[in-house]
Amino acid sequence: MIELHGIRKRFGEQVVLDGVDFVVREGETVALLGPSGTGKSVLLKHIIGLIRPDEGRVVVDGQDVGTLRRDDLARLRRQIGYVFQNGALFDSMSVFENIRLGLTDPRQYNDADFCRERVAQCLALVNLAPETDRKFPAQLSGGMRKRVGIARAIAGAPKYLLYDEPTSGLDPVNADIIDDLVKRLDNELGVTSVMVTHDVRGAFRVADRLALLMHGRIVLQGSQEEFLASTAPEVKAFLERDFENTSFAA
Amino acid sequence: MANLALQAPHFVGRAVLGSLAQVGRFSALVFELGRGLAEWRIWIPRTMTEAYNIGYGSLFIVLLISGFAGGVTALQAGYQWQSSLPMYVLGTLIVSSIVLELGPVLTALILAGRIGARYAAELGTMRVTEQIDALESLGRSPSSHLIIPRVLSGLVMVPVLTIFANIMACVAGWYLVKQVLPITDADFVYGMQYYWRDFDGWYSLIKAFCFGGAITLIPCYVGFNTKGGAEGVGRATTTAVVSASVLILLLDVLLAKILLNN
Repeated sequence: MIELHGIRKRFGEQVVLDGVDFVVREGETVALLGPSGTGKSVLLKHIIGLIRPDEGRVVVDGQDVGTLRRDDLARLRRQIGYVFQNGALFDSMSVFENIRLGLTDPRQYNDADFCRERVAQCLALVNLAPETDRKFPAQLSGGMRKRVGIARAIAGAPKYLLYDEPTSGLDPVNADIIDDLVKRLDNELGVTSVMVTHDVRGAFRVADRLALLMHGRIVLQGSQEEFLASTAPEVKAFLERDFENTSFAA
Repeated sequence: MANLALQAPHFVGRAVLGSLAQVGRFSALVFELGRGLAEWRIWIPRTMTEAYNIGYGSLFIVLLISGFAGGVTALQAGYQWQSSLPMYVLGTLIVSSIVLELGPVLTALILAGRIGARYAAELGTMRVTEQIDALESLGRSPSSHLIIPRVLSGLVMVPVLTIFANIMACVAGWYLVKQVLPITDADFVYGMQYYWRDFDGWYSLIKAFCFGGAITLIPCYVGFNTKGGAEGVGRATTTAVVSASVLILLLDVLLAKILLNN
Protein backbone atom coordinates (compact mmCIF):
# COMPACT_ATOMS: atom_id res chain seq x y z
CA MET A 1 0.00 0.00 0.00
CA ILE A 2 1.18 3.53 -0.78
CA GLU A 3 0.27 6.25 1.71
CA LEU A 4 1.03 9.95 1.53
CA HIS A 5 0.28 11.93 4.66
CA GLY A 6 0.24 15.73 4.75
CA ILE A 7 2.84 16.19 2.00
CA ARG A 8 4.04 19.76 1.60
CA LYS A 9 6.62 20.80 -0.96
CA ARG A 10 7.76 24.19 -2.16
CA PHE A 11 10.36 25.18 -4.73
CA GLY A 12 11.62 28.63 -3.79
CA GLU A 13 8.57 30.81 -3.23
CA GLN A 14 6.22 28.49 -5.10
CA VAL A 15 4.15 26.11 -3.00
CA VAL A 16 3.59 23.03 -5.18
CA LEU A 17 2.04 20.59 -2.71
CA ASP A 18 0.15 21.97 0.25
CA GLY A 19 -0.79 19.10 2.52
CA VAL A 20 -1.61 16.20 0.21
CA ASP A 21 -3.19 13.08 1.72
CA PHE A 22 -3.43 10.21 -0.73
CA VAL A 23 -3.70 6.42 -0.40
CA VAL A 24 -3.33 3.69 -3.03
CA ARG A 25 -4.51 0.26 -1.96
CA GLU A 26 -3.04 -3.07 -3.10
CA GLY A 27 -4.07 -4.13 -6.58
CA GLU A 28 -5.89 -0.99 -7.63
CA THR A 29 -5.12 1.41 -10.45
CA VAL A 30 -5.46 5.04 -9.47
CA ALA A 31 -5.32 7.93 -11.93
CA LEU A 32 -4.01 11.17 -10.49
CA LEU A 33 -5.57 13.92 -12.54
CA GLY A 34 -4.93 17.61 -12.69
CA PRO A 35 -4.03 20.45 -15.03
CA SER A 36 -0.42 20.80 -16.17
CA GLY A 37 1.89 22.34 -13.60
CA THR A 38 -0.10 21.36 -10.51
CA GLY A 39 2.60 19.06 -9.11
CA LYS A 40 1.35 15.63 -10.20
CA SER A 41 4.79 14.47 -11.31
CA VAL A 42 6.33 15.99 -8.18
CA LEU A 43 3.91 13.94 -6.09
CA LEU A 44 4.77 10.78 -8.03
CA LYS A 45 8.49 11.37 -7.48
CA HIS A 46 7.85 11.61 -3.73
CA ILE A 47 6.58 8.01 -3.77
CA ILE A 48 9.87 6.67 -5.10
CA GLY A 49 12.02 9.02 -3.03
CA LEU A 50 13.40 11.04 -5.94
CA ILE A 51 12.04 14.15 -4.19
CA ARG A 52 11.78 14.51 -0.42
CA PRO A 53 8.88 16.38 1.15
CA ASP A 54 9.39 19.54 3.20
CA GLU A 55 6.72 18.18 5.54
CA GLY A 56 4.71 14.98 5.74
CA ARG A 57 5.40 11.28 5.29
CA VAL A 58 5.45 8.91 2.35
CA VAL A 59 4.89 5.31 3.44
CA VAL A 60 5.23 2.37 1.03
CA ASP A 61 4.57 -1.13 2.38
CA GLY A 62 4.87 0.23 5.91
CA GLN A 63 8.29 1.80 5.25
CA ASP A 64 8.73 5.55 5.66
CA VAL A 65 10.52 6.49 2.41
CA GLY A 66 12.01 9.67 3.91
CA THR A 67 13.83 7.84 6.70
CA LEU A 68 15.12 4.83 4.74
CA ARG A 69 18.84 4.24 4.52
CA ARG A 70 20.42 4.32 1.06
CA ASP A 71 20.49 0.53 0.61
CA ASP A 72 16.96 0.09 1.92
CA LEU A 73 15.71 2.82 -0.40
CA ALA A 74 17.41 1.10 -3.35
CA ARG A 75 15.74 -2.18 -2.30
CA LEU A 76 12.35 -0.49 -2.10
CA ARG A 77 12.85 1.15 -5.49
CA ARG A 78 13.40 -2.28 -7.02
CA GLN A 79 9.79 -3.02 -6.06
CA ILE A 80 8.58 0.02 -7.97
CA GLY A 81 8.61 0.46 -11.74
CA TYR A 82 8.61 4.10 -12.84
CA VAL A 83 7.58 5.09 -16.34
CA PHE A 84 8.94 8.56 -17.11
CA GLN A 85 7.05 11.15 -19.11
CA ASN A 86 9.47 11.16 -22.06
CA GLY A 87 10.71 7.61 -21.58
CA ALA A 88 14.03 8.73 -20.04
CA LEU A 89 15.74 5.99 -22.05
CA PHE A 90 19.53 5.93 -21.96
CA ASP A 91 20.57 7.40 -25.33
CA SER A 92 23.90 5.63 -25.46
CA MET A 93 22.39 2.17 -24.93
CA SER A 94 20.37 -0.05 -27.23
CA VAL A 95 16.78 -0.97 -26.40
CA PHE A 96 18.08 -4.33 -25.16
CA GLU A 97 20.49 -2.70 -22.71
CA ASN A 98 17.83 -0.23 -21.59
CA ILE A 99 15.38 -3.00 -20.73
CA ARG A 100 18.15 -5.13 -19.21
CA LEU A 101 18.92 -2.30 -16.78
CA GLY A 102 15.39 -2.80 -15.47
CA LEU A 103 16.46 -6.22 -14.16
CA THR A 104 17.24 -5.13 -10.65
CA ASP A 105 18.29 -8.53 -9.29
CA PRO A 106 22.10 -8.70 -9.80
CA ARG A 107 22.02 -12.47 -10.47
CA GLN A 108 19.42 -12.04 -13.19
CA TYR A 109 21.24 -9.00 -14.61
CA ASN A 110 24.48 -10.98 -14.96
CA ASP A 111 22.81 -14.05 -16.50
CA ALA A 112 23.00 -13.46 -20.27
CA ASP A 113 20.46 -16.16 -21.19
CA PHE A 114 17.93 -14.93 -18.65
CA CYS A 115 18.39 -11.36 -19.86
CA ARG A 116 17.75 -12.29 -23.49
CA GLU A 117 14.62 -14.21 -22.56
CA ARG A 118 13.27 -11.54 -20.22
CA VAL A 119 13.90 -8.69 -22.65
CA ALA A 120 12.05 -10.64 -25.37
CA GLN A 121 9.15 -11.26 -22.95
CA CYS A 122 8.94 -7.59 -22.00
CA LEU A 123 9.03 -6.46 -25.63
CA ALA A 124 6.19 -8.89 -26.38
CA LEU A 125 4.19 -7.59 -23.41
CA VAL A 126 4.36 -4.04 -24.76
CA ASN A 127 3.60 -5.18 -28.33
CA LEU A 128 7.01 -4.43 -29.82
CA ALA A 129 8.76 -6.64 -32.37
CA PRO A 130 11.70 -8.72 -31.03
CA GLU A 131 14.16 -7.04 -33.42
CA THR A 132 13.44 -3.68 -31.75
CA ASP A 133 16.00 -4.66 -29.11
CA ARG A 134 18.85 -3.79 -31.48
CA LYS A 135 17.66 -0.23 -32.05
CA PHE A 136 18.75 2.87 -30.18
CA PRO A 137 16.29 5.35 -28.59
CA ALA A 138 16.97 7.94 -31.32
CA GLN A 139 15.66 5.46 -33.90
CA LEU A 140 12.29 5.03 -32.14
CA SER A 141 9.04 6.97 -32.51
CA GLY A 142 7.50 8.70 -29.48
CA GLY A 143 5.00 5.89 -28.91
CA MET A 144 7.67 3.20 -29.21
CA ARG A 145 9.89 5.08 -26.75
CA LYS A 146 7.04 5.14 -24.24
CA ARG A 147 6.52 1.41 -24.69
CA VAL A 148 10.23 0.69 -24.22
CA GLY A 149 10.06 2.82 -21.06
CA ILE A 150 7.18 0.64 -19.85
CA ALA A 151 9.10 -2.53 -20.81
CA ARG A 152 12.06 -1.34 -18.74
CA ALA A 153 9.80 -0.55 -15.79
CA ILE A 154 8.21 -4.02 -15.80
CA ALA A 155 11.43 -5.98 -16.50
CA GLY A 156 12.21 -6.44 -12.81
CA ALA A 157 8.64 -7.67 -12.09
CA PRO A 158 7.82 -4.79 -9.73
CA LYS A 159 4.95 -4.75 -7.26
CA TYR A 160 4.04 -1.15 -8.08
CA LEU A 161 3.99 0.74 -11.36
CA LEU A 162 4.06 4.53 -11.46
CA TYR A 163 3.24 6.14 -14.81
CA ASP A 164 4.11 9.77 -15.37
CA GLU A 165 1.92 11.10 -18.21
CA PRO A 166 2.20 7.91 -20.29
CA THR A 167 0.14 9.35 -23.15
CA SER A 168 1.37 12.95 -23.27
CA GLY A 169 2.59 14.07 -26.66
CA LEU A 170 0.93 11.15 -28.46
CA ASP A 171 -1.81 11.29 -31.07
CA PRO A 172 -5.21 9.89 -29.96
CA VAL A 173 -4.66 6.52 -31.65
CA ASN A 174 -1.30 5.94 -29.99
CA ALA A 175 -2.66 7.31 -26.69
CA ASP A 176 -5.42 4.69 -26.81
CA ILE A 177 -2.86 1.96 -27.54
CA ILE A 178 -0.83 3.00 -24.47
CA ASP A 179 -3.99 3.22 -22.30
CA ASP A 180 -4.99 -0.29 -23.38
CA LEU A 181 -1.48 -1.49 -22.67
CA VAL A 182 -1.54 -0.01 -19.16
CA LYS A 183 -4.88 -1.65 -18.47
CA ARG A 184 -3.73 -5.02 -19.84
CA LEU A 185 -0.48 -4.95 -17.85
CA ASP A 186 -2.33 -4.11 -14.67
CA ASN A 187 -4.60 -7.11 -15.23
CA GLU A 188 -1.91 -9.55 -16.43
CA LEU A 189 0.79 -8.62 -13.94
CA GLY A 190 -1.50 -7.87 -11.03
CA VAL A 191 0.44 -4.75 -10.07
CA THR A 192 -0.72 -1.73 -8.11
CA SER A 193 -0.54 1.33 -10.36
CA VAL A 194 -0.61 5.08 -10.08
CA MET A 195 -1.01 6.96 -13.34
CA VAL A 196 -0.42 10.68 -13.47
CA THR A 197 -2.26 12.26 -16.37
CA HIS A 198 -4.21 15.28 -17.52
CA ASP A 199 -6.04 13.14 -20.06
CA VAL A 200 -9.45 12.60 -18.43
CA ARG A 201 -10.72 10.26 -21.14
CA GLY A 202 -7.72 7.94 -20.79
CA ALA A 203 -7.95 8.02 -17.00
CA PHE A 204 -11.61 7.00 -17.13
CA ARG A 205 -10.74 4.09 -19.43
CA VAL A 206 -7.91 2.74 -17.29
CA ALA A 207 -8.37 3.61 -13.63
CA ASP A 208 -10.36 1.93 -10.86
CA ARG A 209 -10.28 5.15 -8.90
CA LEU A 210 -9.46 8.77 -9.64
CA ALA A 211 -7.99 11.66 -7.69
CA LEU A 212 -7.92 15.30 -8.74
CA LEU A 213 -4.95 17.43 -7.66
CA MET A 214 -5.47 21.18 -7.82
CA HIS A 215 -3.92 24.13 -6.02
CA GLY A 216 -1.54 21.76 -4.20
CA ARG A 217 -4.29 19.62 -2.70
CA ILE A 218 -6.37 16.58 -3.62
CA VAL A 219 -9.79 18.11 -4.15
CA LEU A 220 -11.60 14.83 -4.87
CA GLN A 221 -10.85 11.10 -4.69
CA GLY A 222 -13.38 8.54 -5.82
CA SER A 223 -14.90 6.39 -8.51
CA GLN A 224 -15.78 7.56 -12.01
CA GLU A 225 -19.41 7.90 -10.93
CA GLU A 226 -18.47 10.07 -7.99
CA PHE A 227 -16.41 12.28 -10.28
CA LEU A 228 -19.22 12.67 -12.76
CA ALA A 229 -21.73 13.35 -9.99
CA SER A 230 -19.51 15.87 -8.22
CA THR A 231 -20.79 19.41 -7.98
CA ALA A 232 -17.44 20.82 -6.80
CA PRO A 233 -16.64 23.74 -9.13
CA GLU A 234 -12.98 22.67 -9.64
CA VAL A 235 -14.05 19.14 -10.65
CA LYS A 236 -16.76 20.37 -12.99
CA ALA A 237 -14.44 22.91 -14.56
CA PHE A 238 -11.71 20.31 -15.07
CA LEU A 239 -14.04 17.72 -16.60
CA GLU A 240 -15.89 20.21 -18.80
CA ARG A 241 -12.65 21.54 -20.19
CA ASP A 242 -11.90 18.15 -21.72
CA PHE A 243 -15.41 17.05 -22.58
CA GLU A 244 -18.48 18.94 -23.53
CA ASN A 245 -20.47 15.82 -22.79
CA THR A 246 -19.30 13.72 -19.87
CA SER A 247 -21.51 10.78 -20.76
CA PHE A 248 -18.51 9.15 -22.47
CA ALA A 249 -17.87 7.08 -19.38
CA ALA A 250 -21.09 5.18 -19.75
CA MET B 1 22.60 53.85 -2.92
CA ALA B 2 21.33 53.30 0.62
CA ASN B 3 19.12 50.53 -0.70
CA LEU B 4 22.17 48.87 -2.25
CA ALA B 5 24.06 49.08 1.04
CA LEU B 6 21.14 47.45 2.82
CA GLN B 7 21.05 44.62 0.30
CA ALA B 8 24.79 43.93 0.46
CA PRO B 9 24.66 41.65 3.55
CA HIS B 10 21.82 39.75 1.88
CA PHE B 11 23.92 39.10 -1.26
CA VAL B 12 26.99 38.16 0.79
CA GLY B 13 24.92 35.78 2.91
CA ARG B 14 23.44 34.14 -0.18
CA ALA B 15 26.87 33.79 -1.76
CA VAL B 16 28.30 32.18 1.39
CA LEU B 17 25.35 29.80 1.68
CA GLY B 18 25.58 28.96 -2.02
CA SER B 19 29.29 28.17 -1.70
CA LEU B 20 28.72 26.00 1.36
CA ALA B 21 25.98 24.15 -0.48
CA GLN B 22 28.36 23.51 -3.41
CA VAL B 23 31.03 22.19 -1.03
CA GLY B 24 28.43 19.95 0.60
CA ARG B 25 27.18 18.59 -2.73
CA PHE B 26 30.72 18.01 -3.98
CA SER B 27 31.66 16.17 -0.77
CA ALA B 28 28.53 14.04 -1.09
CA LEU B 29 29.52 13.14 -4.67
CA VAL B 30 33.04 12.15 -3.59
CA PHE B 31 31.56 10.08 -0.74
CA GLU B 32 29.22 8.36 -3.20
CA LEU B 33 32.20 7.58 -5.44
CA GLY B 34 33.84 5.78 -2.54
CA ARG B 35 30.70 3.75 -1.87
CA GLY B 36 30.18 2.97 -5.53
CA LEU B 37 33.61 1.31 -5.82
CA ALA B 38 32.12 -1.83 -4.28
CA GLU B 39 30.02 -2.32 -7.45
CA TRP B 40 33.06 -3.28 -9.54
CA ARG B 41 31.06 -5.50 -11.89
CA ILE B 42 29.27 -2.36 -13.07
CA TRP B 43 32.12 0.13 -13.34
CA ILE B 44 34.99 -1.99 -14.72
CA PRO B 45 33.55 -2.57 -18.23
CA ARG B 46 32.34 1.02 -18.45
CA THR B 47 35.76 2.30 -17.37
CA MET B 48 37.38 0.35 -20.22
CA THR B 49 35.05 1.99 -22.73
CA GLU B 50 35.65 5.46 -21.31
CA ALA B 51 39.43 4.91 -21.19
CA TYR B 52 39.37 3.94 -24.86
CA ASN B 53 37.31 7.03 -25.68
CA ILE B 54 39.65 9.36 -23.81
CA GLY B 55 42.89 7.71 -24.91
CA TYR B 56 42.35 6.77 -28.52
CA GLY B 57 39.94 9.64 -29.16
CA SER B 58 42.29 12.32 -27.85
CA LEU B 59 45.63 10.94 -29.01
CA PHE B 60 45.75 12.77 -32.35
CA ILE B 61 44.96 16.23 -30.98
CA VAL B 62 47.32 15.74 -28.02
CA LEU B 63 50.18 14.70 -30.33
CA LEU B 64 49.46 17.55 -32.74
CA ILE B 65 49.42 20.28 -30.10
CA SER B 66 52.36 18.90 -28.12
CA GLY B 67 54.36 18.61 -31.34
CA PHE B 68 53.76 22.29 -32.10
CA ALA B 69 54.52 23.26 -28.49
CA GLY B 70 57.83 21.37 -28.54
CA GLY B 71 58.70 22.96 -31.87
CA VAL B 72 57.94 26.49 -30.68
CA THR B 73 59.96 25.92 -27.50
CA ALA B 74 62.95 24.93 -29.64
CA LEU B 75 62.56 27.89 -32.00
CA GLN B 76 62.28 30.37 -29.13
CA ALA B 77 65.31 28.80 -27.45
CA GLY B 78 67.19 29.32 -30.72
CA TYR B 79 66.04 32.97 -30.91
CA GLN B 80 67.24 33.75 -27.36
CA TRP B 81 70.43 31.70 -27.59
CA GLN B 82 73.71 33.20 -26.20
CA SER B 83 76.81 31.85 -27.86
CA SER B 84 78.67 31.93 -24.52
CA LEU B 85 76.63 28.92 -23.32
CA PRO B 86 77.54 25.36 -24.26
CA MET B 87 75.24 23.82 -26.89
CA TYR B 88 74.20 20.84 -24.79
CA VAL B 89 72.28 23.18 -22.44
CA LEU B 90 69.64 23.37 -25.16
CA GLY B 91 68.86 19.67 -24.65
CA THR B 92 68.35 20.30 -20.95
CA LEU B 93 66.26 23.42 -21.50
CA ILE B 94 63.89 21.90 -24.03
CA VAL B 95 63.38 18.54 -22.34
CA SER B 96 63.01 19.97 -18.83
CA SER B 97 60.53 22.66 -19.83
CA ILE B 98 58.47 20.08 -21.71
CA VAL B 99 58.51 17.30 -19.11
CA LEU B 100 58.10 19.54 -16.05
CA GLU B 101 55.55 21.99 -17.43
CA LEU B 102 54.43 22.04 -21.04
CA GLY B 103 53.61 18.35 -21.51
CA PRO B 104 51.30 17.81 -18.54
CA VAL B 105 49.71 21.29 -18.51
CA LEU B 106 49.01 21.51 -22.24
CA THR B 107 47.65 17.96 -22.32
CA ALA B 108 45.40 18.75 -19.36
CA LEU B 109 44.10 21.98 -20.88
CA ILE B 110 43.35 20.24 -24.19
CA LEU B 111 41.50 17.47 -22.38
CA ALA B 112 39.62 19.94 -20.16
CA GLY B 113 38.10 21.30 -23.37
CA ARG B 114 37.62 17.99 -25.10
CA ILE B 115 36.69 15.57 -22.31
CA GLY B 116 35.49 18.00 -19.64
CA ALA B 117 33.00 19.64 -21.99
CA ARG B 118 31.78 16.27 -23.18
CA TYR B 119 31.26 14.88 -19.68
CA ALA B 120 29.44 17.98 -18.46
CA ALA B 121 27.18 18.00 -21.53
CA GLU B 122 26.49 14.26 -21.36
CA LEU B 123 25.64 14.19 -17.68
CA GLY B 124 23.79 17.52 -17.90
CA THR B 125 21.62 16.19 -20.71
CA MET B 126 21.04 12.97 -18.76
CA ARG B 127 19.96 15.05 -15.77
CA VAL B 128 17.52 17.30 -17.64
CA THR B 129 16.02 14.38 -19.61
CA GLU B 130 15.49 12.44 -16.34
CA GLN B 131 17.90 9.64 -17.33
CA ILE B 132 19.73 9.99 -14.00
CA ASP B 133 16.38 9.92 -12.17
CA ALA B 134 15.54 6.78 -14.17
CA LEU B 135 18.76 5.13 -13.02
CA GLU B 136 17.99 6.00 -9.40
CA SER B 137 14.40 4.83 -9.77
CA LEU B 138 15.76 1.40 -10.78
CA GLY B 139 17.63 1.26 -7.46
CA ARG B 140 20.95 1.68 -9.26
CA SER B 141 23.77 3.94 -8.21
CA PRO B 142 24.57 6.78 -10.67
CA SER B 143 28.07 6.90 -9.22
CA SER B 144 29.04 3.34 -10.24
CA HIS B 145 27.27 3.61 -13.61
CA LEU B 146 28.24 7.13 -14.62
CA ILE B 147 30.80 8.90 -12.45
CA ILE B 148 33.35 6.26 -11.39
CA PRO B 149 34.09 5.04 -14.95
CA ARG B 150 34.67 8.60 -16.13
CA VAL B 151 36.85 9.65 -13.19
CA LEU B 152 38.95 6.46 -13.13
CA SER B 153 39.53 6.50 -16.88
CA GLY B 154 40.68 10.13 -16.58
CA LEU B 155 43.04 9.31 -13.72
CA VAL B 156 44.62 6.55 -15.81
CA MET B 157 44.54 7.99 -19.31
CA VAL B 158 45.66 11.58 -18.69
CA PRO B 159 49.09 10.39 -17.45
CA VAL B 160 49.31 7.98 -20.41
CA LEU B 161 48.52 10.79 -22.86
CA THR B 162 51.01 13.03 -21.07
CA ILE B 163 53.76 10.47 -21.70
CA PHE B 164 52.90 10.53 -25.42
CA ALA B 165 52.77 14.35 -25.35
CA ASN B 166 56.18 14.59 -23.65
CA ILE B 167 57.79 12.25 -26.19
CA MET B 168 56.20 14.02 -29.16
CA ALA B 169 57.17 17.49 -27.92
CA CYS B 170 60.74 16.44 -27.17
CA VAL B 171 61.15 14.84 -30.61
CA ALA B 172 59.68 17.92 -32.35
CA GLY B 173 61.87 20.22 -30.25
CA TRP B 174 64.97 18.16 -30.99
CA TYR B 175 64.27 18.20 -34.73
CA LEU B 176 63.52 21.92 -34.94
CA VAL B 177 66.35 23.13 -32.74
CA LYS B 178 68.74 21.44 -35.18
CA GLN B 179 67.23 23.56 -37.96
CA VAL B 180 68.06 26.88 -36.26
CA LEU B 181 71.28 26.17 -34.33
CA PRO B 182 74.36 24.08 -35.09
CA ILE B 183 73.69 21.50 -32.33
CA THR B 184 74.57 17.84 -32.87
CA ASP B 185 72.46 14.89 -31.76
CA ALA B 186 75.21 13.91 -29.32
CA ASP B 187 75.12 17.41 -27.72
CA PHE B 188 71.35 17.32 -27.41
CA VAL B 189 71.28 13.85 -25.86
CA TYR B 190 74.16 14.73 -23.52
CA GLY B 191 72.34 17.86 -22.30
CA MET B 192 69.10 15.96 -21.96
CA GLN B 193 70.76 13.35 -19.73
CA TYR B 194 73.12 15.65 -17.85
CA TYR B 195 70.52 17.43 -15.74
CA TRP B 196 67.86 14.72 -15.94
CA ARG B 197 66.54 13.38 -12.66
CA ASP B 198 64.17 10.44 -12.57
CA PHE B 199 61.94 12.48 -10.28
CA ASP B 200 61.25 14.87 -13.21
CA GLY B 201 59.44 12.07 -14.99
CA TRP B 202 57.52 11.14 -11.86
CA TYR B 203 56.68 14.80 -11.25
CA SER B 204 55.22 15.01 -14.75
CA LEU B 205 53.07 11.93 -14.12
CA ILE B 206 51.95 13.05 -10.64
CA LYS B 207 50.83 16.36 -12.14
CA ALA B 208 49.03 14.56 -14.95
CA PHE B 209 47.29 12.29 -12.43
CA CYS B 210 46.05 15.28 -10.39
CA PHE B 211 44.98 17.08 -13.57
CA GLY B 212 43.13 13.91 -14.61
CA GLY B 213 41.11 14.19 -11.42
CA ALA B 214 40.30 17.86 -12.08
CA ILE B 215 39.36 17.24 -15.72
CA THR B 216 36.87 14.51 -14.83
CA LEU B 217 35.59 15.24 -11.32
CA ILE B 218 34.66 18.89 -11.87
CA PRO B 219 32.74 18.36 -15.15
CA CYS B 220 31.01 15.26 -13.70
CA TYR B 221 29.96 17.25 -10.63
CA VAL B 222 28.75 20.22 -12.68
CA GLY B 223 26.94 18.01 -15.21
CA PHE B 224 25.38 15.88 -12.50
CA ASN B 225 23.89 18.97 -10.81
CA THR B 226 22.63 20.64 -13.98
CA LYS B 227 19.31 22.47 -13.72
CA GLY B 228 17.06 23.76 -16.48
CA GLY B 229 16.85 22.59 -20.07
CA ALA B 230 19.19 23.16 -23.01
CA GLU B 231 20.29 26.49 -21.56
CA GLY B 232 21.25 24.76 -18.30
CA VAL B 233 23.32 22.18 -20.19
CA GLY B 234 25.12 24.96 -22.09
CA ARG B 235 25.80 26.83 -18.85
CA ALA B 236 27.05 23.64 -17.17
CA THR B 237 29.41 22.90 -20.05
CA THR B 238 30.96 26.37 -19.96
CA THR B 239 31.24 26.29 -16.16
CA ALA B 240 32.87 22.86 -16.26
CA VAL B 241 35.53 23.81 -18.80
CA VAL B 242 36.37 27.14 -17.13
CA SER B 243 36.45 25.64 -13.61
CA ALA B 244 38.55 22.65 -14.66
CA SER B 245 41.02 24.90 -16.53
CA VAL B 246 41.40 27.27 -13.57
CA LEU B 247 41.83 24.31 -11.21
CA ILE B 248 44.54 22.86 -13.47
CA LEU B 249 46.50 26.11 -13.26
CA LEU B 250 46.01 26.30 -9.49
CA LEU B 251 47.16 22.71 -9.06
CA ASP B 252 50.15 23.48 -11.28
CA VAL B 253 51.31 26.18 -8.85
CA LEU B 254 50.49 24.12 -5.75
CA LEU B 255 52.27 20.99 -6.96
CA ALA B 256 55.35 22.97 -7.99
CA LYS B 257 55.47 24.49 -4.52
CA ILE B 258 54.92 21.19 -2.72
CA LEU B 259 56.87 18.72 -4.86
CA LEU B 260 59.75 20.84 -6.13
CA ASN B 261 60.43 22.11 -2.60
CA ASN B 262 60.72 25.79 -3.63
